[in-house]
Amino acid sequence: MEMNTVSEEKNKTGLPVWAYVVAFVVLIGFLGLLGWGLIRAQKGGILPGDPAPNFTLTTYDGQTINLADTKGKVVMINFWASWCTTCADEAAFLENAWKHYEPDGKVVFLGIAWVDTPDGSMQYLQRFGITYPNGDDQGGEASQKYRITGVPETYFIDRQGKIATVQIGPFVSEDAIYKVVDGLLK
Amino acid sequence: MFTLLAALMAALFTFQNASAQDAKPTPSDNQVNTVARQMYCPICENIPLDVCPTTSCAEWRELIREKLGLGWDAAQIKQFFAAQYGDRVLAEPPARGLNWLIYVLPPLVLLGGAFIVYRVLTGMSKKPAVSPPGAVPYAQAGRDEGIAPLPSPVSKDPYVQRMEEELRKKQRE
Repeated sequence: MEMNTVSEEKNKTGLPVWAYVVAFVVLIGFLGLLGWGLIRAQKGGILPGDPAPNFTLTTYDGQTINLADTKGKVVMINFWASWCTTCADEAAFLENAWKHYEPDGKVVFLGIAWVDTPDGSMQYLQRFGITYPNGDDQGGEASQKYRITGVPETYFIDRQGKIATVQIGPFVSEDAIYKVVDGLLK
Repeated sequence: MFTLLAALMAALFTFQNASAQDAKPTPSDNQVNTVARQMYCPICENIPLDVCPTTSCAEWRELIREKLGLGWDAAQIKQFFAAQYGDRVLAEPPARGLNWLIYVLPPLVLLGGAFIVYRVLTGMSKKPAVSPPGAVPYAQAGRDEGIAPLPSPVSKDPYVQRMEEELRKKQRE
């Protein structure tokens, strides 16, 4: 009975059965791709409690830092750009906080320049006297893994390697940074 | 004396070099935009770099100008930007990995679609006109009853057939 229906269909349009199968497979594949893209686009940023995505940062002074190697320490990752005016507002707070935590060696600060020119980034670092490790977001690896929506964005990672706090936008004071980091060091 | 002569020659050589560098024209906006329109910055989605109004895009265009000034060609500049910011900055993604699908699928789907349309159309043109079972072709029916057939073609539609039947009845009256 089923075969009769198929052969009747073939007679009507002159198409073999495999053509229908291929057409449906292509259609379903296309819809699948569309759905996957939509889900990916609507996923939003990573949230506190999520494992921190690993990445490798090559700093401007030639060091290679793998995030996985910092496990056991509190990590601050700051995405910034030289053309970003609000990044400039928090630059001094971040540098002062780094100077405060650096001697203990329990905290790691990383700066990642996003969609920035190498010259612009270097000028920015010199202008604000930033001394903690900074580097380009090479190939967009880190920004895509953290699904950042703009700059500045700051991520604090706890000692277990999980995202603890996400700061969208600039810090308005140094105390706000101390509050988060001290809380994670306890 | 020899030292003085050497110093003079060195100075002259340096001057000539500097002059040659100075004479090199700065790449024009058109040259920059020719390369820039083949790229997109991640901040301004769907806006090509040559018309993107943001500060970051303006800096990228200046970077292109700088690279053109150094003698780089468009391919080298695009490669640099892709390495620095990722493949997504390129208007035409490089044909590798899953990107191949972008180049292969549309022509395949188009060809498949054309094939299906062709088969359907040829199937339709070859199909003979089939009357429903028990239906008498109108032209035959007219001849049998000595009535001139109407010039319309035989239709499969039962409604049209009924209409034609009614018309035949009217003609008989």
